[in-house]
Amino acid sequence: MVPFWKRPCGILAFYVFVSLLVVGCGGQEESGGGSASEGGVGSGGETTSGGGSASAGGSASGGGGVEGEGLVVYSGRNEELVGPIIERFEEESGIDVEVRYGDTAELAATILEEGQNSPADVFFSQDAGALGALSNEGTLSPLPEDALSRVEERFRDPNGEWVGLSGRARVVAYNTEALSEGELPSSILDFTDPEWSGRIGWAPTNGSFQAFVTALRVIEGEDVAREWLDGIQANSPRRYENNLAILEGVASGEIDVGFVNHYYLFQLQEERGGNVPAANYYFQNGDPGSLVNVAGIGILDTADNTTEAQEFLEFLLSEEAQSYFANETFEYPLIEDVPINEELVPLSEIQTPNVDLGNLDDLQGTLDLLRETGAL
Amino acid sequence: MIAAGRKHHSGASARSPRPPAAVWAPALLVAAAMTLPLFYLVLRSLENGLGELLEVMLREKTLGVLARSVVLAAVVTAASVAIAVPLAWLTARTDLPGRRVWAVLAALPLVIPSYVGGFVLVSMFGPRGLLQDALAPLGVERLPEIYGLPGAALALTLFSYPYVLLTVKGALRGMDPALEEASRSLGSGGPSTFFRVTLPQLRPAIVAGALLVALYSLSDFGAVSLLQFDSFSREIYTQYRSAFDRTPAAILGLMLVALTGAILALEARTRGRARYHRSSAGSVRPRGGATVTLGRWRWPAFFFCGSVVLLALVVPVGVLVFWLARGLASGEPLRLLWGAAFNSVYVSVLAAVVAALAALPVAILAVRFPGWVAGFIERLSYLGYALPGIVLALSLVFFGANYAPGLYGTLALLVFAYAVHFLPQTVGATRAALLQVSPSMEEAARGLGRGPTRVIATVTAPLASSGIIAGSALVFLTTMKELPATLLLAPLGFDTLATSIWTATSEAFFARAAAPALLLVLFSALPMYLLVVRERAQ
Repeated sequence: MVPFWKRPCGILAFYVFVSLLVVGCGGQEESGGGSASEGGVGSGGETTSGGGSASAGGSASGGGGVEGEGLVVYSGRNEELVGPIIERFEEESGIDVEVRYGDTAELAATILEEGQNSPADVFFSQDAGALGALSNEGTLSPLPEDALSRVEERFRDPNGEWVGLSGRARVVAYNTEALSEGELPSSILDFTDPEWSGRIGWAPTNGSFQAFVTALRVIEGEDVAREWLDGIQANSPRRYENNLAILEGVASGEIDVGFVNHYYLFQLQEERGGNVPAANYYFQNGDPGSLVNVAGIGILDTADNTTEAQEFLEFLLSEEAQSYFANETFEYPLIEDVPINEELVPLSEIQTPNVDLGNLDDLQGTLDLLRETGAL
Repeated sequence: MIAAGRKHHSGASARSPRPPAAVWAPALLVAAAMTLPLFYLVLRSLENGLGELLEVMLREKTLGVLARSVVLAAVVTAASVAIAVPLAWLTARTDLPGRRVWAVLAALPLVIPSYVGGFVLVSMFGPRGLLQDALAPLGVERLPEIYGLPGAALALTLFSYPYVLLTVKGALRGMDPALEEASRSLGSGGPSTFFRVTLPQLRPAIVAGALLVALYSLSDFGAVSLLQFDSFSREIYTQYRSAFDRTPAAILGLMLVALTGAILALEARTRGRARYHRSSAGSVRPRGGATVTLGRWRWPAFFFCGSVVLLALVVPVGVLVFWLARGLASGEPLRLLWGAAFNSVYVSVLAAVVAALAALPVAILAVRFPGWVAGFIERLSYLGYALPGIVLALSLVFFGANYAPGLYGTLALLVFAYAVHFLPQTVGATRAALLQVSPSMEEAARGLGRGPTRVIATVTAPLASSGIIAGSALVFLTTMKELPATLLLAPLGFDTLATSIWTATSEAFFARAAAPALLLVLFSALPMYLLVVRERAQ
C-alpha cells in the first residue's frame, strides 16, 4: 500500500487543505480585524477608518471582501485629512464607506491593473494629473451635469469625467519682517534676478512644486522652464524636504521667500498659536506662479454602487463638506458662497494660468528636466 | 571532519536519487507561486512591443540606474559583513563585557523600518538636522553630505546587517567545536584559528546573510527615497508615481530580476561542495565552542559594539521618543493603536508560518537532493525578495483581481504576498540549518522503517528547527514593517502599524508617527529578544 504522502495528489490535497485553513482564518479575522481597528482608531478620537463599516463589510462579504455592500473609495488623500469628512458622510447618508488609502499614483496603477474587476467605486485623488491619466485610459464614467456645473470650468475635466473638490494655490511665502509685499516681483520668473541670491527656499522633490514646473513647461515652453531652473539655482536657493520646512525657514528668517502651497502658512499658524512673521504672496495676470491645482474625484465606469457614488460626490460638493475643506485643511472650497479664511485671496481674484489640470501628467519630463538642471 | 573540496554524495541521494513526492510536489507549487510576479513583469514589459523594451533598457539613464544599484548593493553587503561577522563572533565566542546584552541589542536594528530609520537619519544628520543644530555653536557650518550614496548605504547597512549577524551566529552555534579545538591543540593561535578554521566554516552562513542583504538593498524603497539615491527601486516608484505608465516600470523590474539572477549565480559559485555537519555526535559543550579571552582588546571591542548599537538602535529609538515627547508636550493626544498593533502581529505570524511551511520542501530539496532542478527552484524563491514591494503588490493585484476575484481583497492574498516576498528568509535559514544536520540521522530513521514524510516531520524538521524558527522570526519582522503590499492588498479597512506610520508621516506629522513607530519596534523586538535568548539557552 502506498501511503497518501507518497502520492503527489495526496500531498497536493494536504497543501490545499492548509491553504484553505489559512483562508478560513483570514475570512474570520477580517471582521475581527475591522472591529479591532475601530477600537484603536476610536481611542484617538481624531480620525476614522469607518471602523463600524469595516466590520460590517467584513461580515457581509464573508471573506470575499470584494463585493461589500458599501461604497468603496480609493483615496490618495491622507486619512488624517479626509477621514473625518468621509465619516460624516456615512453618518448622514447611512451608506457604509470602505476606504483604501494609498499613494495617489499607486492607487491609479492599482485601478488600471484591477481592470474590469476593480472593487473601487470612487477614486479620490490628491491631484488632477492622476484623474486625467485614468480618464485617458477610459476607466472613468461621465459625472452628472448638475454636480459638474457647481465647479468652475478651470477646476474640472473638459470631458466631465472628474471634478475638483478643493484647491491648492501656489504662492510665495515671505518673511514679513524682511520684506513688504511691494518689494516682491510681479512674476515668479523674476526670482532669477541676482538680488534674490541666497534668499530663496524651495523643495524640488515635492509633488506640488513639480506640478508647478510641469505647468511652467506647458505654458511657457521647455526652454523658459529650463532657464528658470538654471536661474534659480544660480541664486543658490536653500533646499528643503517639504513645504512645511520651507515655511519654518521663512518664519525663522533663514530665508526671505519660499515657493509653497498657500495652506502651509495656516498649518504653521495653528501649530504655533497665531503669531508667525510670514505671509502669502499671490501673482497676478495668469502668471505660471499662480497655478491652482485641485484634489478631485472620479467615479469608475466599473462601479457597482453608482447611486451611492453620486451621493458621495453630491455630499463632497455640498456646503458642509466644502466648509470642512476650507476650515480644516485650509484649502480653497470650489463651490460658490462658502466663506473662506479671511486671510486668503479669493479664488475669483486669482487669475490662474490657462492650462488643463488633467494634462499635467507628464511628470516624467519634469523630473528629467529637474535632473538635467541639477535641481534634483 | 571537513570534506571540503572532496566530492561526495549525501547518503539520502545515493540511495534514492529521486526525492519523495512529499518534497518535490510542494516545492513545485512554491516555485509556481514565485513565478507569478515574473509573468506579470514580462506581460507588462511587452505590452508596447519589443521596441520599447529595448529602448528603455538601453537608455543611458537606465544603465546609470543599473550601475548605481550594483554599487549600492555591493557597498551595503560588504559593510554589513564587515560589521556583522565580528559582532557575531564577539557576542558568541568571547568574554566581551556585557556580551549577553550586546547579543540582544545588536540584532534589534532589524526591527526598525527603513522608512523610519531613513527619516531619523535625515532629521539627525541632514542639513538643519539635530546634529547640525547641536554643532552650530561650535562653528561647524556644514556636515558632510548625507544625501546620495553615503546616506543610502549607511541607512541600509545599519538596518540590515543583522541578517548576516543572525545567520552567522546560528552557524557559530551549530559548528562542531572540535574543529577549533583541534586547530588550537595543533598549535594555531586565536587569529589563525579564526581565519583558517572558523571563518571557512562560517562561509555558507555569511553568504546566506549577505545574499539577503544584497537583495534587500535592491528592493528597499524607504531608504533610497528619503536619502535621494536613484537606484532601481526608487526609479521604479518614480515611474509609477510620475508617468502613469506601467510599461517602463515593468521593464526596470525585469532588469532587476536579471540583476538578481546574476547575484544568485555569483552566490552559487561560492557554495562549493563542502560538508559542514559533524561526522560524529561530538561532545556536548556549553554554549558551543570555547570562550576566547580578549585581553587588551576587550575595550576596543566594547566600543565597537557600542557604536554600532548607538547608531543603529539608540539614535532611531531616541529620536522617536523625542518626537513623541515633543508631541505630547504640545497637546497631541497619545494614540496607542492597539487594533492596528493586533492586526500587524496577527498577519505577521500568519506570514511567518506560511513562509516556514513553504520553505521546508524547497530547502530539503536543495540540500538533500542537489541538482539543477533543486538549485533552480531554490533560486526562484529569491525572486520576489529583490523586487520592490510595489511591483510585487501590483502583480498580485493583477492576478488576484482578474483570476482569483474570490481571494482578492482578503487576508489570504495578503499573507500569500508576504510569503512570496519574504520566502528567501526562511529558505536561507532552513537551508543553512539543514547543512549542519548529518544525513545519517535521516538515513537511520529511514532504515528503521519510517516513510519520507514522517522522517521530515520527526527528524529533519526538529533537527533544523533552530534555522526554521530563525527564518520565521525574520519573516515576522519584515512583515511587521512591510508597507507597499499592505497598502494595496490588505482587506479594506485593515489598518496595521506600518500603514498608521505611513498615514502620519506622509503629511509630516512627526508626533503622530512616533507612537505607532515605537509600538512597531516594541512588538517586533519582543520575538527578536525571545529568539536570541532561546538560542543562547540551547
